[in-house]
Parts: sequence; structure tokens; C-alpha cells
Amino acid sequence: MLQREVLLGITGKDFVIVAASKAIMRGPTIIKAQDDKTRQLNRHTMMAFSGEAGDTVQFAEFIQANVQLYSMRNDSELSPSAVANFVRGELASSLRSRSPYTVNLLLGGMDPHTQQPHLYWIDYLASLARVPYAAHGYYCLSLLDKHHNPEIDLAQGMKLLEMCTDELKRRLPIDYKGVLVKIITKDGVKEADFDNDKIVRSA
Amino acid sequence: MVGKDCVAIACDLRLGMQALTISNNFPKIFNYAPSTYLGLTGLATDVNTVSDLFRYKVNMYRLREERHISPQTLANLVSSSLYEKRFGPFFVSPVIAGINHTTGKPFICGFDSIGCIDFAKDFIVSGTASDQLFGTCEGLWEPDLGPEDLFETISQALLSAVDRDALSGWGAQVYIIEKDKVTQRLLKGRQD
Repeated sequence: MLQREVLLGITGKDFVIVAASKAIMRGPTIIKAQDDKTRQLNRHTMMAFSGEAGDTVQFAEFIQANVQLYSMRNDSELSPSAVANFVRGELASSLRSRSPYTVNLLLGGMDPHTQQPHLYWIDYLASLARVPYAAHGYYCLSLLDKHHNPEIDLAQGMKLLEMCTDELKRRLPIDYKGVLVKIITKDGVKEADFDNDKIVRSA
Repeated sequence: MVGKDCVAIACDLRLGMQALTISNNFPKIFNYAPSTYLGLTGLATDVNTVSDLFRYKVNMYRLREERHISPQTLANLVSSSLYEKRFGPFFVSPVIAGINHTTGKPFICGFDSIGCIDFAKDFIVSGTASDQLFGTCEGLWEPDLGPEDLFETISQALLSAVDRDALSGWGAQVYIIEKDKVTQRLLKGRQD
């Protein structure tokens, strides 16, 4: 299956960067160029999603609602690992149902107690792995293998992200309309400024 | 792998989608009682699902029975749980290693994805490198190895086998289980 959406996640010393491509496509047509493929689940956890149109937002908002319901009922927030395992459980039971969700996810968060950054890679089969950096899409993993280390600061993290988007622009034959970048720190989730208009020439 | 009054169980650490490596820190061995371990190879989502399912079942067993589960009982639990899904199986091939605290004897066994138990008194292999593992284990294993020799044997067998397999490797985890002591070791292995 040709995947035409990009999700990227990078953790560092005290942050998680999550980036998602902004284009919604239907066949060869771009339907929307400013889409937000992320949902905030609680104060310090968020999720980026790609996959079957319709499934994605339905599933993400279902998770979002249930995580928020948990916070209200129990007066406490779920930690990133708790959210990740909840998401996996829902996706795993959906996998063996009559109509499974076809959704790939990256889940980023800061643990409010240990202040550790968490990034989880989850695919539509509900495989769950905690990773220092992750991608649903092409090219980026080998770049990150070479340049990532867990002690990088936010500026270095953004630099890495730029290397990845540069490579995508250079090699992907489609225009994914740039990425929406969100940064999770101990103070919560915020959208980051990111220059998507930089022109990268192919080699 | 069985030794003299000890057993060992080891796994690699790779998680991949076909040829693409997603993670190199994905342990496949899970602990269910002080000296009872379960290894799971196969589809990653089912490794997660099945390990969670048995955590639940073994916890319920411990609460009901007020004792730890023995490797033999866990083997029968795994077998019947997998056969429940006979016509829509979990795509995993489990391996159990442990010491029975009543008899003091080591125990190992393996399963296919629908729960057929394979008892063995020497070694059990499973996963994408199982062909290679049969060769290395057949060549290196001998009866009545002590804990240290058993560690060396299982480690060399695993590392040699996964280095011949493109789909596994990226480090390994080894547990040496003795009567009242378990040693966990991390092997770096080839990272390519």
C-alpha cells in the first residue's frame, strides 16, 4: 500500500516533537491543505493519526473523549503509557471485529510525575512500541538513526525535523502541503512555527 | 534451554514490519511467576495482546489459588487459551521456561499458534530464525550444563542464529533461571 501521509515524532531531553502532514488527499486530488491530523488527549499527551479517511478522526475523537472522561471521573490524568495501552487495547479489539479501524498513530507525551518524554508508535494492527523517534511514512528513520540522540535540546530537535522534511521534499514525488508541528513539554502542548515554504532542490 | 537444575530463555529485541525495523528495544519474554517465563514470537500486536491476556489470567489464578502458577499449569493455560481461538488464531508461537517449585525440576515447552504443546527435554526454538536456531542449538547444547555454561551456550546459539537471519537480531535478552535466583542479561549483539 502506498502511503501518502507523513507522521513524525522526535523525543529529546525534555520535549516531544510531533509533526503531521497537512494535506487531505482523495485519489490524485488535494481536498484540503491545512488539515490538523492531531488531537490533544489531555494536558500533556497528544496523538497524531493517519490512515483510512473517516476512520482516523472517528477513532481519534473517540479516544480523546474517553481519556477526558477518565480524567473527569477519577480526578486524575492518565500518564502517557496508560493512554498508549488504552489506545492499543481499543485498536486491538477493533482489529478482530467485523469492521476494524485502519488507523496508524503516533502518541507523544510528557509523564507529569517523572518528567520523562514518551513517544509511542502504534500501527493499525495495534502493535505498540515505545521509541525515541518514529515515523509513519518514508525516508526519515534512517536520517534519525544517524543524527538522533536522546539528550538533544529543542533547537536541535527542530533542526532534525527540518532535515527530515527537507528529505521528504527532495524525495517524495507528491506534495504533502507541509507539516503541522506540535511540541509537548512539561508545560503542555503547543503548536510551533515551522517554515514549510523553504524550497529544497532535488539532487 | 534446559541445564542442570536451571533453565534459560532468550529472545532478540527487534520489532519490524517485514524488512523495516521499527524498534530495537522490544523484549519478547514475559514473567508470570518467580521462576516462570513466557516468550512470544510472531505478529507484534498479538505478542502484546497475548502477553496482556496471560498477565490477566495468571493474576486471576494467583488470587483464586493463593499461590504462584507453575510452569506446567501455565503451559496448559496457554494451550487451552490458544485453542479457544482455533479458527481465528493469535499469530504467535509461545515458549515457556521455568522451574517447578514443588518438584524442583526445570521445565520447558513450546506451542504452535493454536496451542499444540511441544514438550522437550533439551531445547525449544521459535520465530523467524527457528531453522537456524535448530542448527545452532543442536550443535552447542549438551546435557547437564551449569548456569554459567548454559548462559554461554544459549547466548552463542541465539546470536549465531539471528546473525544468519535478516529479520531478527538487534540485541538480545537472556534469562538464566535457577531454583531461587534469576539472572537477566542484555547482549548487545550486532546492530546491523
